[in-house]
Amino acid sequence: AVVSTQSTGSASLLYKSTKALRAYQPVAVTCKRYLADAPNTSFARGIFLGELREEELFPYPDVLNEEQKETISMMMEAGHSFFQETNDATANDTNEQIPEDQLDQMRALGMYGLMVPEEYGGIALTNTMYAKFGELTGEYDLGLGIHTGAHQSIGYKGILLYGNEEQKEKYLPSLASGDVFACFCLTEPSSGSDASSIKTRAVLNEAGTHYVMNGSKIWISNGGIAEIFTVFAQTPAIDAKTGETKDKITAFIVERAFGGVSHGPPEKKMGIKCSNTAEVYFENCEIPVENVLGEVGGGFKVAMNILNNGRFGMGACLTGTMRMLIARATDHANNRKQFISNLREYQGIQQKIARMNLLCYANESMAYMLCGNMDRGAPEYQLEAAISKIFASQAAWDVCDETIQILGGAGFMKDVGIERWMRDLRIFRIFEGTNDILKLFIALNGVQDIGKKFKSAGTVGAMMGLARSKFLPAAPLKNKVHSDLSSSVDMLRGDISKFSVAVSEQVIKHKKKIIEQQVLLNRIADVAILLQSMASVISRSNTVAEKGDTSEIALANAWCADSHQRIKILIEEMGDSDVTKVDDAVLDVGKMSLDANGYLAKSPIGC
Amino acid sequence: MSGLRVLVGCKRVIDYAVKIRVRPDSLGVVTDGVKHSMIPFDENAIEEAVRMKQKKIVKEIVVASCGPAQSQETIRTALAMGADRGIHVEVPAGTDANLQPLAVAKIFSKLVEKEKPDLVILGKQAIDDDANQTTQLLAGMLDWPQGTMASVVAAKDGNLTITREIDGGLEDISVSLPAVISADLRLNEPRYATLPNIMKAKKKKIEKLDPEKLGVDITPRLKILNVVDPPVRQAGDKVPDVTTLMEKLAEKGHL
Repeated sequence: AVVSTQSTGSASLLYKSTKALRAYQPVAVTCKRYLADAPNTSFARGIFLGELREEELFPYPDVLNEEQKETISMMMEAGHSFFQETNDATANDTNEQIPEDQLDQMRALGMYGLMVPEEYGGIALTNTMYAKFGELTGEYDLGLGIHTGAHQSIGYKGILLYGNEEQKEKYLPSLASGDVFACFCLTEPSSGSDASSIKTRAVLNEAGTHYVMNGSKIWISNGGIAEIFTVFAQTPAIDAKTGETKDKITAFIVERAFGGVSHGPPEKKMGIKCSNTAEVYFENCEIPVENVLGEVGGGFKVAMNILNNGRFGMGACLTGTMRMLIARATDHANNRKQFISNLREYQGIQQKIARMNLLCYANESMAYMLCGNMDRGAPEYQLEAAISKIFASQAAWDVCDETIQILGGAGFMKDVGIERWMRDLRIFRIFEGTNDILKLFIALNGVQDIGKKFKSAGTVGAMMGLARSKFLPAAPLKNKVHSDLSSSVDMLRGDISKFSVAVSEQVIKHKKKIIEQQVLLNRIADVAILLQSMASVISRSNTVAEKGDTSEIALANAWCADSHQRIKILIEEMGDSDVTKVDDAVLDVGKMSLDANGYLAKSPIGC
Repeated sequence: MSGLRVLVGCKRVIDYAVKIRVRPDSLGVVTDGVKHSMIPFDENAIEEAVRMKQKKIVKEIVVASCGPAQSQETIRTALAMGADRGIHVEVPAGTDANLQPLAVAKIFSKLVEKEKPDLVILGKQAIDDDANQTTQLLAGMLDWPQGTMASVVAAKDGNLTITREIDGGLEDISVSLPAVISADLRLNEPRYATLPNIMKAKKKKIEKLDPEKLGVDITPRLKILNVVDPPVRQAGDKVPDVTTLMEKLAEKGHL
């Protein structure tokens, strides 16, 4: 008989007979929920329903005890020493490789098993401690950060989240020590954002002992150096209700040693050059059934949850990057003189520096709120994670861009050391879920929640009544907030209310076709991101003020005032039919260009 | 030579990279909110002990520090580098600034009585007072041979041969055990603590003592009257010839 047990995060399949395997009944993974299955508790989900959920905001998460703070401080010191004295980011970029003997030092340092439990030889860091340590790679070497991140943040994260005891004992020790490397194999030549369309297949053999896998994966970080692969493939599964055989994705732990695994040469990339990226091929690769990760047929959720779980790292990592860039920019502005004074005296420069600080502050606030809430045991955080990833990657790009601008020609020169960051940062808006897809995910998730709320209401009037009912702008916060933050709090409350009503109107207007309205959905996502950022800076500066330091309130208020203006415009655009006409006209231009396979106009000089 | 016990000393001081500021009362420097770390020479001392342990010459490394509560962090760093256990001789914050080499030597002499090490290694001098006295005072109190400013230490036929960096160059000496050594910068390249070792260090023991329990009087024998910044360097004068130079020197009363 097939025995399948549900425990926190792992499923253990004990196969007793092949007949039982053929009669596989897909079982839902009840512990690891995803998307709409998750209980609706998080702040970002609440704003669509007009709710300002205070539980995650007050106080700002403080999840490290004294001992953990001392430990992470010591580890940061060791990390700083390593990056300053041993690692050479410029050489890593030029040579497109991290030297082999340095990898040994990184193994000795413990860099490959940061979140693995002690019993398997890991450092057992919490999410918040891991995030803080991750600021080091952001500050010194993003390429190295992707090398270690692809290994532990996604490469073997599946084993941590979904592995059974046998799998954990077998694989985690050598992965934690860095003796073997891991990678995450989902993307294929014809399946990027559309992950569920992957074509790699794994079919159970006659004996029922092994899955035989065929397919190819593309752009796999660590693909050329890994021994352990978390691979996602289509497996035939019998639908419990209809008895039909359908393809469903299953996650596998594949060892290179199984045979039939090969890889292509290292890709030549724009940035993060020292991180190996390669194609990985599976040709009649035989995988023991014991190496199924999670449930047969449950692989899509495994993939999404691995990515969701790792996303928090990016916000913290890029905080390190932005802080470093701001230091370079301010140093230059303070010392470079043009015309009558140092650059710092000019409004144009001051404005740039201010914006860089605000972006870094908002990002840092969201990043540590996210991992803090994860450590506090928040039941869901997928929207906050998506928001944090989108914001961090775009903010870091903008901060780097402005740093180069402030440095002028010098910013463009290799030796000055800023241009490499621009090249390294570009990929962050693309991998781990493109910002474009994640924005749609956020908006559609919210739209879906609103739709559910309306199910009970019959008429449009009743729906709008529901939309307006929950949140009364007059209702004050349950938590006490510093008086200097009260106007920002009022803006946040008012904006959440207006946002919820505006999105509800669009849901009623478009119904199911809203899924095609990407221009609208992007506006919705942009507002959601700004609302999350406002809440995070209010929460953080308030908690800091409660401890006696009011210095961050000005930052928070500046960010909220700026965000409030943008939200106002975005919400107006959502409901304005004139704006919709402009949107449509612009989209027509896009369609014509696509039809013409290029730029639309002829040269103005007639030849 | 094997199975030795080593006592290593370390001190928490203002980090070498920090820009020092004199206190408004001119009786010391600002320490509040300023980055502190272990004296670089102390790192050399601990590193040498750890290397001797790796070579199996040393069996146990005990690290000790005299200072306020935060000295524990410094001891933990030493434990993370490979020391086996720690001793924190706690001196209240505020009075620690006046803990002078004589008092420290007395404390360490009591620790030597207690721990019976075969070898004591200290950093050659603290980078705040730059005294370079504790090792010598301690050796005198214990009547042990001393090898100060060591840049090479080797075990040979039951003794230690030491190369000292002195003003004139290098001096080679041989000392019998037990002995007191002070480490210089070029003695070795200190390792940074690895994350697994930081974790292991959390489980290592730190014993808490205080000068009273050890029967040591730490009252300062020297009183600091005044602390000032070095004078700002004045601009110089370029003179065309020796005659003018002599005139200028006479003018300024230097002749």
